[in-house]
Amino acid sequence: MYLEQGVDVAVIGGGHAGCEAALAVARMGLSCIMFAVNLDSIAMMPCNPSIGGTSKGHLVREIDALGGEMGKNIDKTYIQSRMLNTGKGPAVHSLRAQADKFRYKETMKHTLEEQPGLKIRQSEVVDIDLKDGKVQGVITAAGAYYPCKAAVICTGTYLNSVCFHGDFQAKTGPNGMQSASGGLSEALMKKGLPLRRFKTGTPARVDGKTLDFSKMEEQKGDEHIVPFSFENRPEEILRPQRSCYLTYTNEKTHEIIRANLDRSPLFGGVIHGIGPRYCPSIEDKVVRFADKERHQLFLEPEGENTNEYYVQGMSSSLPEDVQRDMLRTIPGMEHVEIMRTGYAIEYDCVDPLELKHTLEIKRFDGLFSAGQFNGSSGYEEAAAQGLIAGINAALKIKGEEPLIIDRSQGYIGVLIDDLVIKGTNEPYRMMTSRAEYRLLLRQDNADLRLTPLGYRVGLIPEARYQALQEKIQQIEEETKRLAQVHVSIGANDLLRSLSSTELNSGTTLAELLKRPEVSYKALAPIDPERPSLPEDVTEQVEIQIRYAGYIEKQNAQVEKYKKLESRRIPENIKYEEIGNLRTEAVQKLSRIRPASVGQASRISGVSPADISVLIIWLEKNRH
Amino acid sequence: MELYDQDRTIAAIATAPGTGGIGIVRISGPKAVEIADAVFRKPSGKKLASAKTHTIHYGHVVDPASDAMIDQVLVMLMRAPHTYTGADTVEIQCHGGPFVEQKILETVVSAGAAPADRGEFSKQAFLNGKMDLSQAEAVMDLIAATSEMSRRASIEQLAGRLAQEIENQCSLLLDLTTLIEANIDYPEYDIEEVTYERLIREVSKVLEGLRELYRTSDSGIRMHQGVKTVILGRPNVGKSSLMNRILGKERAIVTDIAGTTRDVIEENVDLDGVPLRLIDTAGLRQTSDAVEKIGVDLARKAAEGADLVLWILDASVPEDLDSSAEAAEMLDFLKEKQYIILINKNDLTDARVRPAAIPAEAPLLWISARTGDGMQELSAKIREMFFRGAIQADSQPMITNVRQKDALRRALEALESALEAAKSNLPEDVIMIDLTNAYDALGEISGKTLKSDVIDEIFKRFCLGK
Repeated sequence: MYLEQGVDVAVIGGGHAGCEAALAVARMGLSCIMFAVNLDSIAMMPCNPSIGGTSKGHLVREIDALGGEMGKNIDKTYIQSRMLNTGKGPAVHSLRAQADKFRYKETMKHTLEEQPGLKIRQSEVVDIDLKDGKVQGVITAAGAYYPCKAAVICTGTYLNSVCFHGDFQAKTGPNGMQSASGGLSEALMKKGLPLRRFKTGTPARVDGKTLDFSKMEEQKGDEHIVPFSFENRPEEILRPQRSCYLTYTNEKTHEIIRANLDRSPLFGGVIHGIGPRYCPSIEDKVVRFADKERHQLFLEPEGENTNEYYVQGMSSSLPEDVQRDMLRTIPGMEHVEIMRTGYAIEYDCVDPLELKHTLEIKRFDGLFSAGQFNGSSGYEEAAAQGLIAGINAALKIKGEEPLIIDRSQGYIGVLIDDLVIKGTNEPYRMMTSRAEYRLLLRQDNADLRLTPLGYRVGLIPEARYQALQEKIQQIEEETKRLAQVHVSIGANDLLRSLSSTELNSGTTLAELLKRPEVSYKALAPIDPERPSLPEDVTEQVEIQIRYAGYIEKQNAQVEKYKKLESRRIPENIKYEEIGNLRTEAVQKLSRIRPASVGQASRISGVSPADISVLIIWLEKNRH
Repeated sequence: MELYDQDRTIAAIATAPGTGGIGIVRISGPKAVEIADAVFRKPSGKKLASAKTHTIHYGHVVDPASDAMIDQVLVMLMRAPHTYTGADTVEIQCHGGPFVEQKILETVVSAGAAPADRGEFSKQAFLNGKMDLSQAEAVMDLIAATSEMSRRASIEQLAGRLAQEIENQCSLLLDLTTLIEANIDYPEYDIEEVTYERLIREVSKVLEGLRELYRTSDSGIRMHQGVKTVILGRPNVGKSSLMNRILGKERAIVTDIAGTTRDVIEENVDLDGVPLRLIDTAGLRQTSDAVEKIGVDLARKAAEGADLVLWILDASVPEDLDSSAEAAEMLDFLKEKQYIILINKNDLTDARVRPAAIPAEAPLLWISARTGDGMQELSAKIREMFFRGAIQADSQPMITNVRQKDALRRALEALESALEAAKSNLPEDVIMIDLTNAYDALGEISGKTLKSDVIDEIFKRFCLGK
């Protein structure tokens, strides 16, 4: 073993979590080194070639609002952009972009390379040096010792990973990359950290030259695009877009799958890891939804300079020949050639109940973790955690208050709180249905919600923060103005043209804006005094006025939630000494150690009666 | 999750109903002293807030609005933690007689205390660490067992059917919200879309079911607590005899000297399966006797809060039936209420002439409290008036307590808001806010929350994901 130069923070892994963690640490002015088993795998997208989508798009906007990189990187490398759910309310509008995978990772790697204070190193970390439970340094497979004050584990699906399709098994990481099996898992377990095994999978990549798109339904990108990053304007990032294509499986496809189930490692019992319900393999779908006549497939381009297409909806670990045969039953894919076989992957990860909300591992001082190692799934979920773990590692070294985003502030808060308080038995995917205060956590207001926090920790530059302050002021002033501008029945011509009920007496512009069929833009003819404002300002004004009643309802819920969150539980509490708590509650509470009564109330296995007992005990001991 | 609010200050009559002598109204909780100070006046003008713990104070309970005296009382001040409940406790010892106790309780409640649920003092004591769970359960069992009503198997069955009915409505809501949420999270999948027509239809269906349930809540709560029934009539008309007939035992002092029953007597009884909370009162008659006058006023006031007034006339006293001035006054008093006119002592006369002063539409029955004649007709009449005809073991599910009623009310409000939103074509994710609120309010009755259920359902029902 030899000694290398020390750093403040070592980031273990260069995936989506590792990139955000490393950039955050370096941008907060600390020295950082990021390790990857292969530098070509930095920011690699080994599964779908897209960023965002429902709730995941929210995460990316939030990452950007806090000063993270993912939004900027996809804005530079997207090849199709769509806003989903536009037929529904603003809370669930979700941005999704198809990425040029190759340019995505190359661009991100270069951003990392250019970042002052950040070193990148191709090396596998195999051990973490702890003294009295506190991080001292990390040790690589080649025997280098890097002293550090904190470390962030972002090993994704690489730890002791095994890939499967049919009888074939290989001890590789995703996309044929080298697996991280040099001993980090064993070292962590030896130090007392319990690890477990999760499973996920990916479909085949096929040669676009062998596809007949005329038999499929084309899906184009949006004409008017919305950038992921609040710092970008649409016109600045416009570029030609590529299409995706929709097709369907049929009974023939299902027959082939059913006939070969015994050759699937999933059904044959070879894979023991727990797979996600929302990312079922096609064999899973056919078995669990036997009466469904067809399943949707999307053919998505993997990049600009490649013929590879990703077959979304056909994740599988069936043998190669079965994958080929089943794909060839699908309209437009009769002559398909597989370029990369679909596979299932199993890997080591931690039970996130071992973590604090800061993403620090409770039992190891200075050791943080993020991404799929924490039991989540998805690039966006990983990046969000990486950013928070990186920020908190840096804040800890600086001796500053940690950054914890709560459930009413962002999807990031919901994601982390769900992981560390509720835990998960499958790779955790973000969903809008997981957020209680969805109408407040819109993708359009992520900057209003989180940029002040990014500014506080030092990731948002002064100019961007000042611009936000100006935006907030403009929103307030315009909202106030609309409530004061009176409208007479002279507006009826306009209302008639909008198929809106005519007025009997005067009202205000704000009142008219509450009608679903009346938009801010449409009111321009009867609003001569209207100031010229940016679209992102008028969008906020419109949403805040239109949904004021429901926003109020959600604010009331948040108030209730915050009341319980603010009842702190002392860190040294001994649950076994509280009479009347049920044994299961004592066990769960002792393990998870919630910081507040609110957190405690979300733990499964802790009943309302237990919470009542806990509240009483806290009250008694406060005096 | 709706947590038990241990910050509640609760109050109840702590003495068994119907017993004379001394009555105790207990207030317990963080605001007990503050609330007591609002209704209690010491001659010295001093406040309980400045008094030492475990002390006894003489004074008056007054109506804080008018400062009118309600009763002379002794107040015991006991601060936490050395109290039965472990919370600050004030016990007001008043003159026995349920009406006075009831009036004091109402005053205390309007000053900010919540009426205690059955066994809630023990629950508070348990939560404050004053007793372990098994003790608390034993106390609650005891409280439950002493109540005739809750021993009735039918009540328990009603509660079970209530849970089932709530469950049914929740499951309709869950179907709808699962579909909405699956559409929101998976917009590109071929999941059936939720149209406004469908939303309106299904929310209306749930609303209808819950409104029906809500309509039963008054019957249900009465079923659980009894129809609060006041017996009014001139002295010696047979009020106490009727009460004893219903009770099946000698309770009130029965004499033939007018005005012997001065206290208000309250009993929970079961009249052929119809639960009554029976209040007997001093004779209702204009009188110069000052002491008795208070009793008469109290009786009138008692009648004001009653669900049912039984007005007794004496068949053996012809002028009783003819006294049209009194009848007019009474009928005027009763016109806003549910009442039955009972002509008692029909065993002493054969006359069955409807008194001229009583209009034809007024419900009227001939009874004999002494022989029991006409009692079945009476119970049938009350049943018809309050329980919509029948109380049977297999009758409808019912809401049986105020907390359930409140949760149901909030669910109804949320669903009405959802319906309104659907009709004005607001987006479904916004409507979901109301649907979630409705589901969670129902969950306070059934013990479920939507968030934890809906994601499981999405993946159980729909084939989604890459």
